[in-house]
Amino acid sequence: MDVLRFLIPASLFLGGIGLAAFFWTLRSNQYDDPDGDSRRILTDDWDARPKPDTPEDGSGDAR
Amino acid sequence: MSAVEPLPDLPRGAACAACAVTPAAEVLARHDRRARETRIVLSLPGMTSASCMSRVERKLAAVPGVRLARVNLTLKRASVTAAPDMVPETLIAALDEIGFEAHELDAGALAATETDRAGRDLLMRLGVAGFASMNVMLLSISVWAGAEDATRDLFHWISAAIALPAIAFSGQPFFRNAWGALRSGRLNMDVPIVLAILLAAGTSLYETSQSGEHAYFDAALTLTFFLLAGRFLDHRTRAVARSAAEELAALEVPRAIRVTPEGEETVPLAALSAGDLVLVRPGGRMPVDGVVVTGESELDRSLLTGETLPVYAGPGMVVSAGEVNLTGPLTLRATAVGAESSLHALTDLVAVAESGRSNYSSLADRAAKLYAPGVHILAALSFAGWYLATGDLRHAVNIAAAVLIITCPCALGLAVPAVTTAASGRLFRKGLLIKSATALERLAEVDTVVFDKTGTLTAGTPRLDEAGAHPEPELALAAALAAGSTHPLSRALASAAAEAGIAPAPVTDLREVPGFGMEARFDGQIVRLGRGDWVGAPPAQGAQASSWLRLGNGAPHPFRFSDALRPGATDAVAGFLAQGLTVKLVSGDGPGAVEALARRVGIDDWRAGATPVDKAEIVAQLSADGRKVLMVGDGLNDTAALSAAHVSISPASALDAARVASDIVLLGTDLTSLAPARETARKAIRRIRENFRIATLYNIVAVPLAVAGLATPLIAALAMSSSSITVSLNALRVGDAKSPRAPKASPVPDATLQEA
Repeated sequence: MDVLRFLIPASLFLGGIGLAAFFWTLRSNQYDDPDGDSRRILTDDWDARPKPDTPEDGSGDAR
Repeated sequence: MSAVEPLPDLPRGAACAACAVTPAAEVLARHDRRARETRIVLSLPGMTSASCMSRVERKLAAVPGVRLARVNLTLKRASVTAAPDMVPETLIAALDEIGFEAHELDAGALAATETDRAGRDLLMRLGVAGFASMNVMLLSISVWAGAEDATRDLFHWISAAIALPAIAFSGQPFFRNAWGALRSGRLNMDVPIVLAILLAAGTSLYETSQSGEHAYFDAALTLTFFLLAGRFLDHRTRAVARSAAEELAALEVPRAIRVTPEGEETVPLAALSAGDLVLVRPGGRMPVDGVVVTGESELDRSLLTGETLPVYAGPGMVVSAGEVNLTGPLTLRATAVGAESSLHALTDLVAVAESGRSNYSSLADRAAKLYAPGVHILAALSFAGWYLATGDLRHAVNIAAAVLIITCPCALGLAVPAVTTAASGRLFRKGLLIKSATALERLAEVDTVVFDKTGTLTAGTPRLDEAGAHPEPELALAAALAAGSTHPLSRALASAAAEAGIAPAPVTDLREVPGFGMEARFDGQIVRLGRGDWVGAPPAQGAQASSWLRLGNGAPHPFRFSDALRPGATDAVAGFLAQGLTVKLVSGDGPGAVEALARRVGIDDWRAGATPVDKAEIVAQLSADGRKVLMVGDGLNDTAALSAAHVSISPASALDAARVASDIVLLGTDLTSLAPARETARKAIRRIRENFRIATLYNIVAVPLAVAGLATPLIAALAMSSSSITVSLNALRVGDAKSPRAPKASPVPDATLQEA
């Protein structure tokens, strides 16, 4: 049973990492638009940051 | 544990150092930015998919002056950062081009909901409770599996070390609510919850210190977790509804143009006072009661009175707030503003009607009222019984704790929110927004539906009657004249001609005579299109909207119009009738128009010429007869009736006051979803009742065990988890994963219908 001495802190630590990750997602507004974010990943738009070099207006007008 | 410390320490240190600086810097930066850019928030009810999202974003980004456009699909909302001179109308027009209906929202009113602190707070507590309960459950399982003596004590102590702080943090919402209830001398659902959690934690701690066998730390935490989950779902549904309701309330941004000797200035409505000169442009709404000083035009009063015919307005005419100016600019001298205006006189009526609405107590409240005292009595009795029988205080307390834990309304706490979340999510996808927490329950009870006409069953926009029956030259000429005007009748004429493929005739010297009509030259003759008396037509019979065309001295040719049906109006009425409901039509418009419409949509029971008071009285009379009335209306004249009804629905196009008074708001233009909504509500109520039954069943099985002293933490955990999971799964059946996507109103056809 000596192994518990390591296993319990280890499991709590790993769980703690999960909890910290959850707090991070919460603080960085990742639950604000669950529907939208799950679909944005499928589009080719540069909507998280500006597209490098070429201006993005062109693609908008092309439509 | 020590390994965890350095990790969060670094960022925390950095954040704190910044903490002291950021507020001031942020405020400065925001002030600076506010001077250089505006933030506009738009509501987009028609948005459904990823492709809509990128189309909207691209279209908005392509509008000159827009710096950033971001769509939130969950809230169906777009927020735009733009140059300071950007007006929302530009963006709305741009979105209209690609077939999206958009409304402006007041960004200020929305700020509070966007940083939804309460929701985030609950989610954080839920996360902590979930994390802690899983860890404690792992330890508990090894105890149940046979850990003994020192190992068991060690596990119990570790559980206590995790559980106590976690409960202290996560349980706060319950502690606060229970304390609030106790202080005002009431019992609510939270009192037994808190009692169970505290008693479980307390006795477990004592048992642990005595090397006892039964510790309920896992039960106390699972309880907290499930109940928080219910709370969170509940909050989320309400937050979405509340923010959307707020955004709709923000739709009418209160601004007016004041005319001063120095020129025109746009001021907030509150800054106006009686005696000010106010300019109202064509298409604008009267901000105040007043008298027309200069200008001639026509007024649309449909939102106030329900009449569809535009009314002539010229100098000396008295106008009231809420009327819409159609053709020419008008300058008014304000006679009454704000609280004194006729708009606000209706508010009193609403207040009276609201006080009449019966105090509806929700299913959950009724369950709690039965449940809370019962549980306490049961726990107290088993404590007393065991104490008297055995004289063992510790054992008696343990039994009482077990009874409280097992009967704890874990499943009851989930029973309602899980169902309402599923059901209102489903209704939201269909374009219905549930504003009030109990609206769903009330909607399910409805047996009578009262419709308003103008703006509710009709689109509020006229359409040319018998377009095919008009001779082509006349229609071509009329279309040419109509092309120069934004008057609703002109727009209807122009689009009717376009539909028939008739090209406008070549006219010259086209000009609008505000308040009367259009005038131009064709083949050297004067041609006029407009009001009958101006054109020289015989006095109109009946109250049908009409426009007359006269070429030179020829005979005037009439064009008659009727109000276009809102898409889905017939379906909605047919759907309610098929469900066996009584459907009535009550309108402020004239009998002719009301009867014609009633026949078109299939309503037998109609009433015309009803004043706002009449409408409220009709609804009140029906309620007095024991009917549960659903009122569907949009105008100011419906507000009192909306408040008096058992449950009320208003379309998003309705006036602010009407939407505030109603429980459910219909986003978009299609009425088709009304009848299925009642079905969904009924289904939801059935599920809630089933859930109560399931939860009770589990209690009936488990409570005797607890009272008999046979309950172990394992049994408590099993009973609690299985009942909660069954209840949640049952709730999901409302959402019916196979809900057909096809009838969901797609934005494009809607928009074209509206334009047509």
